[in-house]
Amino acid sequence: MGLGMKMGLEMGMGIRMGMEMGIEDGDGVGDDEDGKGVGDGDEDRDRVGGKDGDEDKHDYCIIGAGPSGLQMAYFLQQAGRDYVVFERGHAPGSFFALYPRHRKLISINKQYTGKSNSEFNLPHAWNPLMVRYLEDFAALLELRVQYNTAIIHVTLDADPQAWNGHYFVLTDQNRQKYKCSSLLVATGTWVPNVVNFPGSEYVEGYETVSINPEDFAGQTVLILGRGNSAFETAENILGVTNFIHMVSRSRVRLSWATHYVGDLRAINNGLLDTYQLKSLDGLLEGDLEDLAIVKDKKGKLHITLRYYLENRNTSAGIDSITLPQDELDNFATRAPYDRVIRCLGWKFDFAIYNRSLRLMPGKGNKNKYPQIKPNYESRGTRGLFILGTASHSVDFRKSAGGFIHGFRYTTRAVHRLLENRHHGVPWPSTVYPITQLTNSIIKRVNEASGLYQMFSVLADIILLRENATAFEYLEEYPVGVLAELETQTGRKAANGLFVIIMEYGRNFSGADKDVFYYNRAVGEAQHAWQSNFLHPVIYYYKRLPTEREMRFRPPDWPLPRPDAIHHIVEDFLTDWTAPNAHILPLRRFLENCLGTDLRNFFAESCFLFAFTRQKLPPFCQQGYVRMQGLVGTRRLQGHAMEAGLLENYTVTDFTGDRLLSSHQGSQDQLLQDHAMPVRPLQHVVNAKDEL
Amino acid sequence: ELGPQEYFSRLQAGRASLAFFSRNVSPSAQPFLEQIENSVEALQDYGISVVKVNCPKEDVSRYCGKENALRKAYLFRGNILLREFPTDALFDVNSIVANVLFALLFNEVKYVETMADLQNIENSLKGRSNMVFAYVPATGTAEHRAVMEAAFVYGTAHQFVLTTEAMLMKDPGSDDPDVSSAQLLFCHCQRALELAQPCRRTPMERPLTLLNIHRHLKLMGAPLVTEVAEDPEKVSTVHLQLGLPLVFILSQKETYEADRRTAEFVAWQLLGKAGVAILPRDAVDLNVLLRSNVALKTPDEGVPIKYLVLEDTDEVITLVEDKSKLEQIQEDEDEEEEDEKENDNQDIQDDQVVEAVSRDRKRELPLEQILTLTEETFPSAMLEPARVVVLFYASWEAVSLAVLRSYVEVSDHLKGTQGVLLSKVNCWDWPGVCTKENITQFPTIRIYKNGGRALTYNGMLGSEELASFIVLSQVSCPLKLATVEEAEGYLRGELPPELSSYHHASVLGVFSKATSVAREAFMEAGNILSGHVTLGMYFEDDALALSRKYAVSPPALLLARSRDGSVEGIALSKQSAQDIVQMIRYELLDTFPEITVQNLPHYLQLRRPFLIMFSNGDIGQTENEEMLKLAKRRPQQAFVTCWLNLKNTPVGHGILKAYFATLPSLPVLVWVNLHAGGQVFSFPPGQPITETNVLSWLEKLKAGLEIPSSTLSEADWKPPLPAYNFLQMMETTVPEFTLHPSFSHGEPREPQPPGSSEEKAPVGEEQPEEPGVTAEKGQSPGRDLRGTAPRLAGREKRHSEL
Repeated sequence: MGLGMKMGLEMGMGIRMGMEMGIEDGDGVGDDEDGKGVGDGDEDRDRVGGKDGDEDKHDYCIIGAGPSGLQMAYFLQQAGRDYVVFERGHAPGSFFALYPRHRKLISINKQYTGKSNSEFNLPHAWNPLMVRYLEDFAALLELRVQYNTAIIHVTLDADPQAWNGHYFVLTDQNRQKYKCSSLLVATGTWVPNVVNFPGSEYVEGYETVSINPEDFAGQTVLILGRGNSAFETAENILGVTNFIHMVSRSRVRLSWATHYVGDLRAINNGLLDTYQLKSLDGLLEGDLEDLAIVKDKKGKLHITLRYYLENRNTSAGIDSITLPQDELDNFATRAPYDRVIRCLGWKFDFAIYNRSLRLMPGKGNKNKYPQIKPNYESRGTRGLFILGTASHSVDFRKSAGGFIHGFRYTTRAVHRLLENRHHGVPWPSTVYPITQLTNSIIKRVNEASGLYQMFSVLADIILLRENATAFEYLEEYPVGVLAELETQTGRKAANGLFVIIMEYGRNFSGADKDVFYYNRAVGEAQHAWQSNFLHPVIYYYKRLPTEREMRFRPPDWPLPRPDAIHHIVEDFLTDWTAPNAHILPLRRFLENCLGTDLRNFFAESCFLFAFTRQKLPPFCQQGYVRMQGLVGTRRLQGHAMEAGLLENYTVTDFTGDRLLSSHQGSQDQLLQDHAMPVRPLQHVVNAKDEL
Repeated sequence: ELGPQEYFSRLQAGRASLAFFSRNVSPSAQPFLEQIENSVEALQDYGISVVKVNCPKEDVSRYCGKENALRKAYLFRGNILLREFPTDALFDVNSIVANVLFALLFNEVKYVETMADLQNIENSLKGRSNMVFAYVPATGTAEHRAVMEAAFVYGTAHQFVLTTEAMLMKDPGSDDPDVSSAQLLFCHCQRALELAQPCRRTPMERPLTLLNIHRHLKLMGAPLVTEVAEDPEKVSTVHLQLGLPLVFILSQKETYEADRRTAEFVAWQLLGKAGVAILPRDAVDLNVLLRSNVALKTPDEGVPIKYLVLEDTDEVITLVEDKSKLEQIQEDEDEEEEDEKENDNQDIQDDQVVEAVSRDRKRELPLEQILTLTEETFPSAMLEPARVVVLFYASWEAVSLAVLRSYVEVSDHLKGTQGVLLSKVNCWDWPGVCTKENITQFPTIRIYKNGGRALTYNGMLGSEELASFIVLSQVSCPLKLATVEEAEGYLRGELPPELSSYHHASVLGVFSKATSVAREAFMEAGNILSGHVTLGMYFEDDALALSRKYAVSPPALLLARSRDGSVEGIALSKQSAQDIVQMIRYELLDTFPEITVQNLPHYLQLRRPFLIMFSNGDIGQTENEEMLKLAKRRPQQAFVTCWLNLKNTPVGHGILKAYFATLPSLPVLVWVNLHAGGQVFSFPPGQPITETNVLSWLEKLKAGLEIPSSTLSEADWKPPLPAYNFLQMMETTVPEFTLHPSFSHGEPREPQPPGSSEEKAPVGEEQPEEPGVTAEKGQSPGRDLRGTAPRLAGREKRHSEL
């Protein structure tokens, strides 16, 4: 087993569960707000560090001792690598010390799943003791974490000898410099998104707003934003306020409908009930940038539009400002508010990176994350990897890469890529005989939490050996870099490969779709490709797809067109071990891809084949012939005979004898009847012998 | 539909028409009308028009006037009335067509009722033309129709004779008592030049259908023996086109006449089953053995011509008949398979182990003797003083569950055995333990000795073998013996009593004090063989003396077989543990073993041909002695001499079935080239099995003078059935896929040139079965025929002659 597989266990020591817990919404709040004005590289500090020689030098530098940073530290420590972690706080996980403000973790804390399989249970068991856990984790494992070190500037120092052609030079708040061969950024997204509009100075931020509900008693509150932090705040004060209004640009997305854990979770959506059922609290849709807030003499806050403000006579007082209700007397937010709270989420801190690093924000709604490649490496700088929440641009709004339960797998993947790239340690793999092909897939799709959490992002890869007599199994590889598999893993894919990935149905969720529609589940294996819920999909390629094919793959497809594809039909219990519905169709698929027969046979069948066929099926070849045949019990053989899959030879067969005699009889008769002289061919032979 | 005037005015000379007169359709005539309408098309093929004549009410003419005339149908040729049929004789399309043609072909098809009539017709035809004699149990049947339709086409070429008397069939030599089914005989009267000479008859062995009759007549019309003078690969005859094999008699100039007679004889035997051709060897440059005298060409494309050396005409006939039988079966299977394909039986389990286990799943296993371990209890169980046997399995995996059932039998068998604890871990529930124990395959069986080194079982997954392993592995391997007495005792088989029932042979390694390298290698070999073999070791000062007794010097192995108590000394020349393991395994093989399912793999590993005697029960004393003599000869290294007891190993019947078309008398001695070529030769049944006879037979085999009785299939193991082609399903419904350049929507995909970047998706396109049973195989017999069936145009032409 690979190092990674052991992780869960070695983290054991009574604190294992901690790693699986946490705030699922990495930034703690809704992702539906666009942060505006992302910081550029700060030129003021753009001064390449002194070459005074006493700089601290490391192979790996990790910025941030949060969950992903510490996890990477753990992997590097296990591999015996030279690394250091920089943490600006005095303890790990400073983000979690502050957030979520109302202590409403959105994790599902589910201890009972009806199964004892701990690998299966991983994604279901959370334990909200994040910070304590991180501290214990760092301390117990003696990870090299340098606390109270805030990296304020990062720049490059070109050097052809360096791993990536350059070193990363990090400067901390004390002007101490650190030289790193590889930079692993695990800072998360911690810069609060701020919207600037007239009157935004009256807005309180989520990060500082009071968490005591009494402070809100009898007040009317407007919340900007509609993510989990907005709802968390609303939920907290719901009982004491007059009413709460929430404003944001987009409509509410409910997590259980979208399968995206970052959308609004059921735990926080109490306000929806009061909105829908009591007409007290409300949700409004509007663009925050068109807003303006004016404060009247009594200190009440009025909502108006930027448009009115720009056209007003500046000399006039507050009363001269046009309010929307002046023209439109049923304007939704016409009532004045006591407080306006901003809950707009966070973004990545771009400010500390020198422009030469070309660390660019993503496009559109991914602009709070830096641009990275599917292997989590910066698009602009080789050797700079983004870990944790900030790496969510790879699977934003799709999978769980922005959340602890997802990025713990991607962090491991990045570590494996680094091990191969810099230390020649190939991606861990296990070689099995081909007879184990069906089993190994079934085992993984049933237990592998990484495939399950990071669906459509991480995939298991099966590399076939020559003649398909054996295969190599690689776990949880970032499927976005499939084309580069050979260079990224150090493994050879010359004889074809399978990619095992989990997918939702393509048309399952989205605006205006009823996710509970009747007949939504597909039950029959032959319609498996129409499965809606998360189910395993196996792609078969005769050769590795090229980068071009990866680029031009159909939109929304994790992979380009395969040579063959198999869907294992969705299962209500996510248990894909049914012999006929799950395993049999999979076996047929694999058999047809490989052009072989992957059935199991009892030793007796192999014995018969050994004497009557020149070639043996793989199961006999790799089992029976190596003296490991499956003898079976009499009862089982009886069952197989009943099923007509094994012949019963114990009943002595006399038909053969009868056939023989009748055969000869009829022949004799034929000869007699026609009284033809028998001329044996012997004659011909003899004549030839004389020659 | 016409009025009577119109109808009679339209009747053309020479054209036949079937008319039905009706006034107002009575309900009772309704079914008849339906049938008549259905037969319009069929009769039109023969140029017969079908007319319904509406009688005006006032019409009292011959056809319209009388009440009972309305219950009849009338057959006219031109305006001449040929026959009137009561409507109840025309109950369906078959009866209508049969009866109408029967009436029209009155001259072409003679109806006979007595033997004498038949004999007269036969005699009149002798030397002139051939006769087609058909028996149908009743007229108006589908068979009757087929005969009439055939007569319509071939009536001018052959004399057709029809009977409904089963008596007439009994005589012509067909002893088939089943006269309920229709039959057709082709009587070769043209060849009977003398009146006294009977006409040869060739029965048609297929069901009476138009297609089969056509085929049969075509075959009868082909020359008896085709003379060819070109490469057999290029020859094509009507037989091959109809899906029958073609037998070539390879002739020499000197013996041409005799060979020709042989060919004719064979041809008569095979008439209707295969074609026969005679090929003078000097006419073409054949690159085959000079001894070959017969060649067989099958209609299957791509199957090379087989050249054979046969001694007897019977062999030729058997060769073909077995083949055609096989094909018949295969054809049936083909059809079945087609049906199956339509029924989509991909979801039917065809894995014997999976199916057997799932049929057994509801039975509660008696697991009382087996401890179920979990992630929590596994570590503590390892601390037990007993040796802990652990079965690691997955509860969803069929092989695991099959082994679990054997394991239950082991637990029952070993009940009460001290010092052994049987347990199991379900890796599906507790993957942590299994990962930690590095279990990569299901099932895995390990024996843990008080927390120390675990021993992984790698033998047969059966209860006997496993029980033996568990018991034998209790003894340390190798067992260190302290005194010469102990060593001697060990060689005599003195072992702890609980082991005796599992013990087969003792191996004692004898080492002088100095040979520590060999000793260590031997000890390592012991670790590997632990549980499978009992090994002893002696390295005291007097080791030299001990080994001298057996004519070897240390390091040496002393091998004591429990069967005869003899001790064999073998010098230990190899020094590595693996070599020693190999050597011990090899030395423990029997000279003349009884082959069983369990021990075959040991002998297979030698990769030698097998000389195997199949016997129903124990083999006779003399045969046993002769075979032992044979096995003990030194060149024995070249092959494995063994025997198989069909009583102990019933699956041996399956082997014999594959080797011989018919079960030979037992015992039978067979030579099988398992690893090279796969030929099977059987020892001539007449000869006594003695060392000399067998040896001389083997000599002949080597010289290539014997003909294999069969050859083992070298077919690959292909997927038994196709998979669901999800890619195709998605292509037709998921539009994104159309973006892909290689896929053209809605068009059948052309096979792409090799080397093009996009190869075809293998699913569903790969050949799903062994070669020969593929769906694509369009040239299976019968199917081709559709193209050669009589063309309707031809019938039109002939019709004018009627």
